[in-house]
Amino acid sequence: MRIGVLCSRVRVEEKLLFASFEALGIAPERLDEREIAARLGEFHPELDVLLERSVSTSAGLVAAQLFEAAGVPVVNSYHTSSVCADKIQTSIALAANNIPQPSTEIALSEEAALHAVERLGYPAVLKPPVGSWGRLLARVNDRDAAEAIIEHKEVLGGVGHNIYYVQEYITKPGRDIRAFVIGTETICAIYRSSAHWVTNTARGGAASNCPVTSEIADLCGRAALAVSGGRGGVLAIDLLEDPERGFLVNEVNHTMEFRNSIDTTGVNIPEHIIRFTIAQAKGAA
Amino acid sequence: MAAESVTCPECGAELSFPAKVMIGEIVPCLECGVELEVTGIDPLAVDLAPMEMEDWGE
Repeated sequence: MRIGVLCSRVRVEEKLLFASFEALGIAPERLDEREIAARLGEFHPELDVLLERSVSTSAGLVAAQLFEAAGVPVVNSYHTSSVCADKIQTSIALAANNIPQPSTEIALSEEAALHAVERLGYPAVLKPPVGSWGRLLARVNDRDAAEAIIEHKEVLGGVGHNIYYVQEYITKPGRDIRAFVIGTETICAIYRSSAHWVTNTARGGAASNCPVTSEIADLCGRAALAVSGGRGGVLAIDLLEDPERGFLVNEVNHTMEFRNSIDTTGVNIPEHIIRFTIAQAKGAA
Repeated sequence: MAAESVTCPECGAELSFPAKVMIGEIVPCLECGVELEVTGIDPLAVDLAPMEMEDWGE
C-alpha cells in the first residue's frame, strides 16, 4: 500500500506520526505542498491514500482537492476539512444536525456585527472565521470595546476579517475539553485548564486527562458525523461546559495537534490516525 | 547522517543538531534564537523558517 503524508513544517505531531509509521513497519512517501504544481488532468499521484498534515490550512485544502480529483482518498476529506477550516461552515453543519453549540451570529458588515454583539450580550466573543491556536480571539466586554474591535477589523483586517463570527461568551469552569475522534469514536480526551479565558494549549493551557463519558462520546460522534457528511474523520473536537446547558461544541479541528495528549491520556493517538488512514485507502475493506 | 555543523543564515553561528533531525523540522539557533528550517540532511542545510501565516494551525 502506498501512503502519502503531506506536510511542510514538521511539528512534533508529524515526527510522532513518522515514528509510528516506522514502528508499524510502514514507509510512507513524504510530500511537501510547496513542491506541488499539478497540471490538471495529468496529475496522477501513485498513492492509495494521503494523510494531509499541512500546517497551512489553505494549502491543505487545495491539496486535498487535487488528490481527490486524481482519485486518491484524503484524510481528512476535502469536504470535512473545508467544513472544519471555516467556523461559519462548522456552525452551520452543527446547527443543521441539532448539535448544541454557543449561540452564534454571522454578520456581514460593521453595523450588523455591532447589532449581533448587542443581541448576544456582553461579554461576547469575536473570532476570525478561519484561524487557529487561539489567534485573534477577542472577548468583548462592553459596547466601547465592541465598536473599537469591529472598527479595527474593518479597517486593518484582510477581506476575511470583514465577515464577523460572533458568539455568546460561555462562563466555563476554568477549562474546556478537547476530545480526539477517529472515525466517529472518541478515543480519548483532555481538559485544557487555564486562568485565561483562552484555554488552547498553544496559548499555555495545561493538559490533564478527561474521562470519556458516554455523553461526551455520543456528542462527539454526532459532531464528527455532522462535519464529515456522515463519513467520520480524524478530528479534535473542543467542548465547553455550560453550567446550565451542559456540553457545547465550540469547534472542530481537522489537522489536530496532540503532542500534549499522548502521555496525558495513555492513548497512542498517532497509531490510531495511521490505522484509520490505512482503512480509507483505495481497495481497503 | 547529519553533517557536523551548519552556519546560521541570520547570525553566522556554527550550529550542530542531533543526527535524527528531519527535513522540514524547525530548530532554533542557539545563538540568536531565530527559527531555522532544516532543508537538507546530507549535507545538512538550513534556511530561515517561514514566518507564521494567518491560516496556519490545526
